[in-house]
Amino acid sequence: MTQLFDCRDAFNEKLLELAHLDTRIVTVVNDSVGSSKLTQFRAEFANRLINVGIAEQNMVGVGAGLANGGLIPFVCGASPFLTGRALEQIKADVAYSNTNVKLCGMSSGMAYGELGPTHHSIEDLAWLRAIANMTIIVPADPVETSQAVAAAASITGPMFLRISRVGVPVVHPADYKFEIGKAARLREGRDITLIANGVLVHKALEAAEQLASEGIEARVLNMATVKPLDEEAVLAAAAETGAIVTVEEHTIYGGLGSAVAEVVVTHQPVPMRILGVPGVFAPTGSAEWLLDHFGLNAAGIYNAARELVKPTK
Amino acid sequence: MNKNDENTEKIARLRQIATNVRLRDMEMIYQARLGHIGGDFSATDILVTLYFEVLKIDPKNPTAPDRDRFILSKGHCAGALYTTLAFAGFFPESELATFAQPLSNLNGHPNRNKVPGVETNTGPLGHGLPVAVGTALASQLTGLNYRVFVITGDGELQEGSNWEAAMSASHYKLDNLTVIVDRNRLQQGAGTEQTNGLDPLDEKWRAFGWSVREIDGHDYNTLLDIFAQVPFEPGKPNCIIANTHKGQGVSFMQDNVAWHHKVPNAAEYAAALKELSAQNGATPLELPKIEVKVGV
Ligand SMILES: Cc1ncc(C[n+]2csc(CCOP(=O)(O)OP(=O)(O)O)c2C)c(N)n1
Ligand SMILES: [Mg+2]
Repeated sequence: MTQLFDCRDAFNEKLLELAHLDTRIVTVVNDSVGSSKLTQFRAEFANRLINVGIAEQNMVGVGAGLANGGLIPFVCGASPFLTGRALEQIKADVAYSNTNVKLCGMSSGMAYGELGPTHHSIEDLAWLRAIANMTIIVPADPVETSQAVAAAASITGPMFLRISRVGVPVVHPADYKFEIGKAARLREGRDITLIANGVLVHKALEAAEQLASEGIEARVLNMATVKPLDEEAVLAAAAETGAIVTVEEHTIYGGLGSAVAEVVVTHQPVPMRILGVPGVFAPTGSAEWLLDHFGLNAAGIYNAARELVKPTK
Repeated sequence: MNKNDENTEKIARLRQIATNVRLRDMEMIYQARLGHIGGDFSATDILVTLYFEVLKIDPKNPTAPDRDRFILSKGHCAGALYTTLAFAGFFPESELATFAQPLSNLNGHPNRNKVPGVETNTGPLGHGLPVAVGTALASQLTGLNYRVFVITGDGELQEGSNWEAAMSASHYKLDNLTVIVDRNRLQQGAGTEQTNGLDPLDEKWRAFGWSVREIDGHDYNTLLDIFAQVPFEPGKPNCIIANTHKGQGVSFMQDNVAWHHKVPNAAEYAAALKELSAQNGATPLELPKIEVKVGV
């Protein structure tokens, strides 16, 4: 069986490594040391982990203040509370003030499963995408997570990293080079393009296999950077493959699908399907059950693609 | 029967109910492989006192306009609330077996649109008190004479929204509002005082204009007595700081932060079952069995 990884592990390994090299790196948490997997960071850098308690608005404001003092704060909390509760702090103190804060939304999407919609973070991309001066990255596997953390530390300015806890396989080769704002083409194809990010990239690859068995060659793009979007890759996909399916662990309103559609409809209209959570609060169910429930699996992606292209052989 | 005997009998009954709430809640958590057993057990005695002796409610008419309102602000303790609501007759006890199962009404956090008796959807901490303030204020405006009770966690009080609401409550002289702070001195990852200290907590509430009492949140005599005294002072909202133990009732869970959301394994489950069953001669209840998922 393919080995599955919790991206929080790669996140913390890289952060620890960087913290050893750069004393400006600090973490800020909301009683979330365990859920952000920062136990080791705390053990090694007790005074560089600031736990403000259960107080997300304060957490983000404190992060902005630490940045003002010359530090590089990685503000880590469960994504729904970090983004939802502290949205105005993110807008005013981080994005508008242009402070060097790295917002790390942990256990994003529907990873909290049965804990329900209050704990799901399927609006975070829409909320943050609407804010100017915000870079948004949704890594797909541990390889990319690790490089995204390094990129966050090396670039000055506001950034949101969406880190899942759902087990994912490695989808990138060992020599993969993550670049902010650049889509990764994980599979070549000229019949249709599947654009995914985060925990759904490997499912898009699975769907592409299935399509290939019927003679449909799907290009697969991992669109880890939701903002700024790789418009060139989107337009090339539209022009060269003529149809696009997007898939994300997020509401269909305002996330990756919307971002892609905005570009496509303006410059190169082609048929599209946007897969995600329709405008409902999820029923009770585990993370995996909910993904299946909403058709966010290989079969769902395959079916959407089949609506857009007919097999050639 | 004199007053003293009556009280003794009442307390024995509440204890028995509470033990059974803990037993069934633990069974639910064990089967679902998720839940917040520590905070469930610290709040159980307060919940049982409220639902079985204090709140003026009719489980058959859970939306009666003049009902007393109860809000569980620490929504992660839904397990204790669901069990108490079922025992109080709000929905069939058999439904407890569906906790956290696909499409169940009993989500990991309470949903008022699915569970009778739930007043507002909680889960993100720091939401219950503001909603309670509005609900208490509505009673002043409508003339419907009900009371509002809220249980908050203590770690939860680190959320600023609580203090914004606390100011509103005293500003509007909401003496029909009572907050019960489940003061178990632990939050998710550590002690409250090690994380973002709350002490002196009573002075904070007093400074915000509340009438404050501090009690043992597991002592039924005191619980009954204190709720009978509400409102403590006319024109002031009421704060009860209930000193509790997270994991109360099971020796190895008690005051141990690990049990915030740990799920017992088979051996721990058996040991806890034995301890709880031995208390007050409670008989464990039979819960309809569902298949236990393994390796989650
Ligand atoms: C806004 C928000 N931030 C973080 C969490 C995650 N969380 C759930 S329970 C908990 C600890 C709560 O501690 P406390 O209020 O003391 O409750 P208790 O000890 O009674 O369980 C945390 C941090 C949350 N549910 N909501
Ligand atoms: Mg507590």
